[in-house]
Amino acid sequence: MIHMALQVLAAFGGTVGFSLLFGVPVRYYPYCGLIGGIGWLVYLLLMPGTSASVATFCATVVVILLSRWFAVRKRCPATLFLISGIFPLVPGAGIYWAAYYTVSNQLSMALETGFGAVKGAVAIVLGIVFVFEMPERWFHGRRKKRWEGF
Amino acid sequence: MESVQQDREALLAALEAGKILLENGAEIFRVEETIYRICGHFGLKSASAFVLSNGIFLTCGDGGEAQFAKVLLIPVNRTNLGRVAEVNQLSRQIEHGDYTVEQIRQELERIQHMPEFPEWVQILVAGFSGACFSYLFGGSWQDALCTVGIGILLYWYLQNIGKPHFSKIVCNIVGSAWVTFLSILCWRLQLGNHLESMLIGGIIIMVPGVAFTNAIRDMADGDYISGSVRMLDAMLVFFCIAMGVGFMMAIYNGVMGGVLL
Repeated sequence: MIHMALQVLAAFGGTVGFSLLFGVPVRYYPYCGLIGGIGWLVYLLLMPGTSASVATFCATVVVILLSRWFAVRKRCPATLFLISGIFPLVPGAGIYWAAYYTVSNQLSMALETGFGAVKGAVAIVLGIVFVFEMPERWFHGRRKKRWEGF
Repeated sequence: MESVQQDREALLAALEAGKILLENGAEIFRVEETIYRICGHFGLKSASAFVLSNGIFLTCGDGGEAQFAKVLLIPVNRTNLGRVAEVNQLSRQIEHGDYTVEQIRQELERIQHMPEFPEWVQILVAGFSGACFSYLFGGSWQDALCTVGIGILLYWYLQNIGKPHFSKIVCNIVGSAWVTFLSILCWRLQLGNHLESMLIGGIIIMVPGVAFTNAIRDMADGDYISGSVRMLDAMLVFFCIAMGVGFMMAIYNGVMGGVLL
């Protein structure tokens, strides 16, 4: 439990750090961090029951839903929240293991981990594509004034 | 004649806004939308923009409006999403308010010179993010501390040696080899105890998140050319990172004998 809380905190910190590197305005840091943390929490909660790619897909969907929701609330492009929020889910570990097994001549393991990384990337692609297909008005709630095209 | 000049100025302002968006990591549809929005505000109905991942083609002209054509090549710059947000905000204000071309140009000038964090802050933050991700991928707190140093040294390399002097491919291969070298060093000196989490925390700083995400969004919007160029860019960087890691590990195995871990 404590381990999980610390992990989510680390995801929060890492996401805020990447927001700074990408020049996101300071006032959006808490939202970026929140999105990264929640995305990782979803991944951690789903991980024991499902495969890594399913967990990545669900976490991506949550990250992008939240990004779009905050984008409408804060009136800025969703990209601001989404790019750093997605970083914990990017299959960085897959790249490493694929390279490691290739070099150490364990080719079947290299294929397996490399393919796992590709599956993770495809899960992210599907998540992004699906959530951005949702109509803009779903994110507006009951307010009258509408800002289209975020 | 007066109005022709004015139209020209408006188109140039729209082009400038598009340029700032594109070089700071906006999606293609946002660039097109912004250009059309600014042109529309000044009543230029015949404007037509063709935007690629590294260039904008803008033309205007029909029976009633003056002829105008401009091609702008845009070099790949480092991402600054703050500028994207500001230009986006500006284009919305233009739509709802009363802006002159001169005002727009001043605003764009201001956005382009928006201050960034000093380099040492960015380097420190890169180390901090790397440490967070190293903990995320199963590292202990010792690993995280090592990754602070690895991240700082990596970002320093990227900013001062890699990006100004090397091509993108060499920059990323050398960068990830550098991370691998530092991680193996920390691991051999027993400063950290999980080689893979230190290494992953380091290379995540180089992962092309912006190119990857924008590529997907561009393709989903039907901008296949820009989408595939950006996807190729992202895949190339992923591949270079893997090559750098593999290269350094092969050297280590050759020198020290035996397999890591």
